[in-house]
Amino acid sequence: MDGPVPRKLKVATTSLAGCFGCHMSILDLDERLFALLEKVEFDRSPITDIKTVGDCDLGIIEGGVCNAENIEVLREFRRRCKVLVALGACAVNGGLPAQRNTLSLPLLLQEVYRSEPGAEFGLIPNDPELPLPLNKVHPLHEVVRIDHFIPGCPPPADAIWAVLTGLLAGREATLGHGLIHFD
Amino acid sequence: MTYGLETAEHPEKLKRVAIDPVSRVEGHGKVTILLDDDDKVRQVRLHVVEFRGFERFIQGRPYWEVPVMVQRLCGICPVSHHLAASKAMDMVVGTKRLTPTAEKVRRLMHYGQMLQSHALHFFHLCSPDLLFGFGSEAARRNIVGVAAAHPETARRGVALRRFGQEVIRITAGKRIHGTGSIPGGVNKAVTREERDALLADAYDILSWSRDAVGLVKQLHGQDPALYNSFGVFRSAMMSLVAPDGGLDFYDGRLRARDEAGAILFDQVDYRDYRSRIREEVKPWSYMKFPFLAELGAEKGWYKVGPLARVQNCDHIPTPLADAERREFVDYAGGSPIHAPLAYHWARMIEMLHAAETIKDLLHDDDIVGDDLVSTGERAREGIGVIEAPRGTLIHHYRVDDDDLVTMCNLIVSTTHNNQAMNEAIRHVAKRYLSGHKLTEGLLNHIEVAIRAFDPCLSCATHALGQMALEVTLVGADGAELDRLARHGDGTTTRPAP
Repeated sequence: MDGPVPRKLKVATTSLAGCFGCHMSILDLDERLFALLEKVEFDRSPITDIKTVGDCDLGIIEGGVCNAENIEVLREFRRRCKVLVALGACAVNGGLPAQRNTLSLPLLLQEVYRSEPGAEFGLIPNDPELPLPLNKVHPLHEVVRIDHFIPGCPPPADAIWAVLTGLLAGREATLGHGLIHFD
Repeated sequence: MTYGLETAEHPEKLKRVAIDPVSRVEGHGKVTILLDDDDKVRQVRLHVVEFRGFERFIQGRPYWEVPVMVQRLCGICPVSHHLAASKAMDMVVGTKRLTPTAEKVRRLMHYGQMLQSHALHFFHLCSPDLLFGFGSEAARRNIVGVAAAHPETARRGVALRRFGQEVIRITAGKRIHGTGSIPGGVNKAVTREERDALLADAYDILSWSRDAVGLVKQLHGQDPALYNSFGVFRSAMMSLVAPDGGLDFYDGRLRARDEAGAILFDQVDYRDYRSRIREEVKPWSYMKFPFLAELGAEKGWYKVGPLARVQNCDHIPTPLADAERREFVDYAGGSPIHAPLAYHWARMIEMLHAAETIKDLLHDDDIVGDDLVSTGERAREGIGVIEAPRGTLIHHYRVDDDDLVTMCNLIVSTTHNNQAMNEAIRHVAKRYLSGHKLTEGLLNHIEVAIRAFDPCLSCATHALGQMALEVTLVGADGAELDRLARHGDGTTTRPAP
């Protein structure tokens, strides 16, 4: 009699203040995606229709933290995921969106909504459905504990593959030459 | 024509249902639906919930950084921003005409992106809805489900996207956020080895792109009543067209048609975009609402992207795609097709055109040339417009004598479709949701309508709001990192600790 089929690892992913480029880099695994799907199943992720994160073995987060909602989602991921990975420049250090950290938020608003050429009616969006932005964009590890960091804008698919296959085999991956870059 | 569900009279008396986050789209969005006691839909809104401020923090940066920096708006179509910014900076460095190598390498990069983005959108994101049904089981509605039920379709989707990404890698240096295009040209041509490697796959890709058009036509043909009516509304359409009226993703002039298909304006120099397009701000979304100036804010909203482009142009300059375009236009018997689900059909025709164009460019010796850059008299202002996968993309900059950016205005593709997407989901809400007990499958109908437009909500992200609120950010160790109060008058302060 065959033994029980090994349980697939549950993986959740999300993008906070990111551009989805890191998720695209996951898809850049190309045909290796099919091999990956033999071993993992996706929980909440932009590529599934699961809207809330369940108990997962692994959470992968793209993007830094730029508003109140990002914080809620990040904390929920930390609560639910045994291992949490910060994927890409924005998650690791705030990335390009953190360029706004040197600027005053109210002035930024004025400029984008009130004084731009072509903008009508001088209104700044103010609906309660819109999450409150933070004064600064923060990297993930300033808000929750992070287990692994993969740098790069975006990290190459080969780096993601090395980390995922390593974790699936129960070891921490070592990223060799060409797989660690801070572009 | 609108469905009048934008703003309910007494929202405080209504029940709220949210789709949060909208999934299988790029970027951060949510939908709120307000229902009365009889479950009748009273208000439906698609909100873009994030703020970046790219237009402001790009100021003070040297102009040559801009093509590499602004593409970080979007990880799905970075090439669009990379090239729109490059075109604007071509004006700044005084390029009158790109060298043939530079123009063709950029075109190759752009058509590679069109192919990968359209493949991603159709196969990875939308095909589950179309193959399994809008209300099918949520757990299966994803690319994993497609790989299990239709393995060959999923494999081809992955292969099509891979090929497009490889075209980008070879022309831009990286698959995502590359560096190949620079003000005045490109920094790298294609080598003969790279060309041969791409050519080895180009004909399979062409053939699979044809099959993809066939698949969409088959789906459309299986349930024409649904595909022709789902979320439908009439509006104007806008895109770039070539000087001869042909489809062109990289360059051209602006053309708009009204909802009946009559030309509103044509061959407008895109540097005059401001005389044609205005933007409205609404309090409930960070995404602005553009409209055609001559029709006004109420009636002037329009659609962009594949559905607009394929119908706006007079012909497609590659034979297979043009034959498909004619069949598409004939399908509606001469009047414009406004059905959101027809976006998928038009998108696959464009993917076929991209595959044909890539094949042709790979046979053109200019792409392996070595004359990469041309410059001329320095200017202080640059405007670049391109047809991104999701529609017309406008970049506008001013640069001072120290080479630093002093002004930036961006109108991204998805923003043009803001009102269109809102109208589509209102129609769907009225037709399918109103008066029913809401189920997950019914709510997915709303998302199906949004996905048809292939929105890139992170591109569309601009700035923030003014509710009286206070938020505290506490670090992992319990220490307070940040505290921010936003007052009712729109000012934001940091309270003293």
